Amino acid sequence: MTEPVLATTTLGRRFGGLVAVDDVSLSLAPRTVHAVIGPNGAGKSTLVNLLSGDLRPSTGTIHLGALDITHWPSHRIAQHGVARSFQHTNVFAAFSAFENCRLAAQSRHKSFGRWVKPAERYGDWNAAADAALKIVGLASRGGIPAAALSHGERRSLEIAMALATQPSVLLLDEPLAGMGPEESAHIVALLKRLAADHAILLVEHDMDAVFALADRLTVMVNGRILASGAPDAIRANADVQRAYLGTEAVSTL
Amino acid sequence: MKRSLLPWLVVATVLLLLFPMAAEKFYLQLVTKIMILAIFALSLDLLVGYTGLVSLGHAAYFGIAAYTYALASQAADPANVWLTLPLALAASAAAALLVGALVLRTSGVYFIMVTLAFAQMAYYFFHDTRIAGGSDGIYINTRPDAHLPGLDLADDLHFYYFVLALLAIVFALLAVVLRSPFGRALQGIKANEHRMRALGYATLHYKLAAFVLAGTIAGLAGYLAAAKEGFVNPEMMAWHQSGAVLMMLILGGMGTLFGAVLGAFSYVLLQEWFSTLTKHWQLLMGGFIVAAVLLLPHGLIGLHRLRIKSRAPRPEGDGD
Repeated sequence: MTEPVLATTTLGRRFGGLVAVDDVSLSLAPRTVHAVIGPNGAGKSTLVNLLSGDLRPSTGTIHLGALDITHWPSHRIAQHGVARSFQHTNVFAAFSAFENCRLAAQSRHKSFGRWVKPAERYGDWNAAADAALKIVGLASRGGIPAAALSHGERRSLEIAMALATQPSVLLLDEPLAGMGPEESAHIVALLKRLAADHAILLVEHDMDAVFALADRLTVMVNGRILASGAPDAIRANADVQRAYLGTEAVSTL
Repeated sequence: MKRSLLPWLVVATVLLLLFPMAAEKFYLQLVTKIMILAIFALSLDLLVGYTGLVSLGHAAYFGIAAYTYALASQAADPANVWLTLPLALAASAAAALLVGALVLRTSGVYFIMVTLAFAQMAYYFFHDTRIAGGSDGIYINTRPDAHLPGLDLADDLHFYYFVLALLAIVFALLAVVLRSPFGRALQGIKANEHRMRALGYATLHYKLAAFVLAGTIAGLAGYLAAAKEGFVNPEMMAWHQSGAVLMMLILGGMGTLFGAVLGAFSYVLLQEWFSTLTKHWQLLMGGFIVAAVLLLPHGLIGLHRLRIKSRAPRPEGDGD
């Protein structure tokens, strides 16, 4: 078996009395799409926030390859090739789509001491930004302020920003939320291609997309892992079916 | 839009260059004072307008450099600019580094409060101790000497051009820095610091660097103010001084360099005008600022923006 890229052991996070994530051990293999599904409030977003360093774990550890990143701040985790998108679109609304991606590309380089040459004269960053916009289908929209893009375009921009940082691991929190069918299909095709050289952790409610993409599935309920395995095994799992009874996902599962 | 300000910038520079030919001594000194405050306002704009850090204690760095200069020039001979200016700037930079390292761990209203608290500490340190004349401050007998042929800073006209040159240098320096990758990162932090961290930016370091740069430039303004007036006192770092420079920014327009300069000019000129009308000029000034905030949310510079908008409405959804 290949070494996991990103792995957690008995990861937990409490908010006061609420245990949002409890005893979660999972590992993300290279070049796979690992989908995390579960009803609302299952702790999926909290899990992503723990992995990205936006939240600090209460218990357990997180390893990125051989590195223990459990207590690393988010910017340091990002610098080591873990990019994320947000469930609620989180872009620089007043900046152009291009500048959003350019800033993302710039983040890979030590810009701290670069105080003189104008930012737009760094060809590599421009190229990375253009490539990221192109890959998500926003090549012709680079000059538009992010606030003026459609909802679906902004969701695509989120992914483009993550890609512009040239990551090895992608943490995608409901990338398809609120997208039209055409945009969804485009992003699903894109994620399929990206899986060839990225490890992708995908939190998603769209079960068609999940089963089209996932190499591995983890089902979370009430902060805990209910089941984890190949998609077919999960589909046949009696516990999973019971957990989803009465929720909207049952018909699609 | 940036480019369309260029003609105004050229006009303003030419006017300032020619101004001394027509001006009486009083007005020459007044505009010198305004240009010093414009440097001060520019330094605060870097924090408030470009990095999103609302400091209410920026006068501390203005005052610390002024005091450093005053304490370093107690001899009868004029102080050497090339010794005392770096010393004063270093003192302001060091103070900003120390304070910034602490206060930048807070945000929002807490940041405003702790920057104010540190400035008040500096104020009371100089106000209540004897090391620098207490509440009376210190007199400086002579203007500093730059040891450049043909430049005599004791002469008001020469001093005017010296300050104008430094204003231009600070303006150009900030314009360059703000276009650089570092400056873009600061603007990203202002827009959405959380997102910047998620992209991998160590935002605290960027904010600290901006805080130190702003403190150092405020120190330059403080040095020039002390050199011009020939004395320093604790009022230079009092909270109303921090508040006044913040009002200049609000009046002129935050987040544009030209707006900061415009703010310094309009604030001081209004103050002069209102004080000829009534002793209670602060009432008029307060009312004017309230009206400006309500009617011109982007400051006076916003007038220019409005004009551009009405002239060339931006078509919806045009591509590249």
